[in-house]
Amino acid sequence: MRASNTESLAAEQLAADGGEVHGDVQRWLGIREFLGNGQARTGIAIVVVMFLFCFLGPVFYHTNETAVNLMMKDLPPSSKHLLGTDDYGFDVIGRLMRGGQASFGLGFAVAGITTVVGTLYGAVAGIVGGIIDGFMMRIIDTLLAIPGIVLLLIMVNIFTPTLVTVIFVLSVLSWLGVARLVRGEVLSLRTRDYVLAARTMGSRTGRIMWRHMVPNALGVIIVNATFSIADAITALSTLSFLGLGMAAPYADWGTMLSNGLNDLFDGYWWLIYPPAILLILTIIGFSLIGDAVRDSLDVRLRRR
Amino acid sequence: MTAYLIRRLGQAVGVVIGVMVLTFILIHMEPGSVARSILGIRATASRVAIFNATYGLDQPLYKQFWNYLDQVFHGNLGTSYYLQQPVSTLFAQCLPRDVLLLGSSTVFALIISIPMGVYQAVKRNGITDNLLTGTTFTLYTMPMFFFAMLLVSLFAVQLHWLPPEAPQASSVGGMLADPRALVLPELTLTLTQIAGFSRYMRSSVIDTLAQDYLKVARAKGLRERLVLWRHVLRNSFLPIITILGLSIPGLVGGAIIVEDIFNYRGMGLLFYQAALQHDFPILLGSTLLGGVLTVIGNLAADVAYGILDPRVRYAGK
Repeated sequence: MRASNTESLAAEQLAADGGEVHGDVQRWLGIREFLGNGQARTGIAIVVVMFLFCFLGPVFYHTNETAVNLMMKDLPPSSKHLLGTDDYGFDVIGRLMRGGQASFGLGFAVAGITTVVGTLYGAVAGIVGGIIDGFMMRIIDTLLAIPGIVLLLIMVNIFTPTLVTVIFVLSVLSWLGVARLVRGEVLSLRTRDYVLAARTMGSRTGRIMWRHMVPNALGVIIVNATFSIADAITALSTLSFLGLGMAAPYADWGTMLSNGLNDLFDGYWWLIYPPAILLILTIIGFSLIGDAVRDSLDVRLRRR
Repeated sequence: MTAYLIRRLGQAVGVVIGVMVLTFILIHMEPGSVARSILGIRATASRVAIFNATYGLDQPLYKQFWNYLDQVFHGNLGTSYYLQQPVSTLFAQCLPRDVLLLGSSTVFALIISIPMGVYQAVKRNGITDNLLTGTTFTLYTMPMFFFAMLLVSLFAVQLHWLPPEAPQASSVGGMLADPRALVLPELTLTLTQIAGFSRYMRSSVIDTLAQDYLKVARAKGLRERLVLWRHVLRNSFLPIITILGLSIPGLVGGAIIVEDIFNYRGMGLLFYQAALQHDFPILLGSTLLGGVLTVIGNLAADVAYGILDPRVRYAGK
C-alpha cells in the first residue's frame, strides 16, 4: 500500500529542518494567504457542495431507505430513479446522500480523535523529555514499524466491524504521525526565547503548553487533521474492498464503491462511478485544503 | 560515530522486540479458537486438544511467547498451521516475487517521476504542469483497488490485450517468462507510485530552485543544464530517499490490494490469507520481518542521506 498522506507528511517534516515560528501578524497573513489561494477555494467549494448534498439533500429528495425491494434490484437510471437502484432496490442518489453522511462522519471522527490524542501525546513527550520521551517515542516507532495495512487486518480480526470499532481502529493507526509532528514542533519551540521568558516568570508547564506551544504548533496539527479525514475515508473503502468492512444496511461511499465493483463486469456503471466520483472529489477537496493550509503557513514559500 | 551506531542499534533491537510483543498480544486477542478455524467447526474436542498441544497453544501466554522467542533466536520461524510448511520456506518463495513486483515498479516510477518532477518544477504553472499535477493528484487520491479494477476492466475484459491474472509460475524466472501477465500489476503500482513521487519531486525541486547557491552557480556562468543536473537534482532528491527508506517495509505488506486483485502470490496475499485463517506463525513472522526491514530501511535512508549530502555526514560525527 502506498504511504498515506499523514505518513508522508511525517517523512517530509522529518526531512525538513526545524519549523518556523509564526507570530500573530504572520498567522493573520497566513489566513489571508490561505483564502486568496485558488487551491484552497476550490477545495473548500468541493467540500461545501458535498456537505450540502449529503446533509441538506435528503430534505428535498425523499427516497425509501428502509424497505428492501428485490423487484426493483439494479434498475438502470430512469426518470423515477435518476441514478438507478442498487442490489437492494434502494435509490442510488438517496444511498449516496446517506453514504456521504457516513463518510463525512467517519472522517471527522477519526480526524478529531487522532488530533486530540496525538497532540496530547506529542506535547507531553516533547515537554517532559528525557527517558519518558524516549520511551513514548519508541512505542510510536514500534507501531510504525508494522505496515499500516497489516496492523489494520490484525485489528479488524479482533473487533467485529461496527462504526465505533472501525473509527477506533483507524484512529489507532493514524494518531502516530500527529504525535511525532507535534513532538517535533514542541522540541523546537521549547528553546524559543518567549518560552524561556514565560518559564522564568514562573509559568507552570501546563500553562506554557496550552498558551505557547499548542497555538504555535496549530498549523501542523490542522494540516495533518485535514489529511487524516481523507486517509480515513480511503482506508475504510479499502477495508470494505477486502471484505472486512461493515455489514449491509450500512453504507458509506467507499463501501458502495467496493460493492459496486462486484457488478463491474455486468455493466452496472451507476453503482460504480457515482460513488467513485464523489469519493475521489471529496478526498481531492480535503487534500487541496490541506496543501493550501501548509503552503500558507510556510514562510519560505510565501516570500516567493 | 560508534556511540551513535550502538545507540541506533539498541533502539532498533528494542523496536523489533516491541513489534513481536505487540503482534503476539494482538493476535491472541482475536476472538474464536485457532484450532476451530483451521480444523473446521465440526472437529471433535479431542482433535482440538491435540492441535492445541501440538502447537503449544494450551500453555499460558507468556510461556508461548517465550517459546516463540526461543524458536526465533534459533532461526526457526515456525510452521504454518494451515499450509503445513515452514514459514521461512513460504517467505523464501514469496519474498523474491515481491522484490520483483515492488522493486521494478519502484524503479520504473523513479525513472519516470524524477525527470517529470524536475520538468514540472522548472515550467511550473504552465499548461503541461497543471495537466500533470491534475492527473497525478487524481491518481494519488483514487483508492488503489478502484484504479486496478478499472485497468482490468479496460485492458483485460474489454480490449482483451492483457490477462487479468498475474503469472502463476512458482519461480521468479518462470514469472518473467510470462511478461504479458506482469503488465497490469506492474502498471497499477508504477502509476500510483509516480503519483506520489512526482508530487514530492516537484515541490522539492521548487524549494531547491529558490536557493542562493543556484544564483552563484548561474553567476559563475554554469550552463542551465548543468545547474539542473549537478545542483538541483542531487539536492532535491533527499526527501525521496526518506520516502524510499520508509517504503522498504512495504515489502511485507506487499501490495495486498494489488496481489489480491491479480492473484499475485506474494507476501501480501500470504499475509492476507493468514489473517483470515488465524495462521499465527505467518502473521508473527511477517510482522517480525516487517520490523526488521523498517529498521534497515531507516538506516539505509540515513546512510544514503550521508552520501548524498555531506553536511549530514559531518554533523553526525
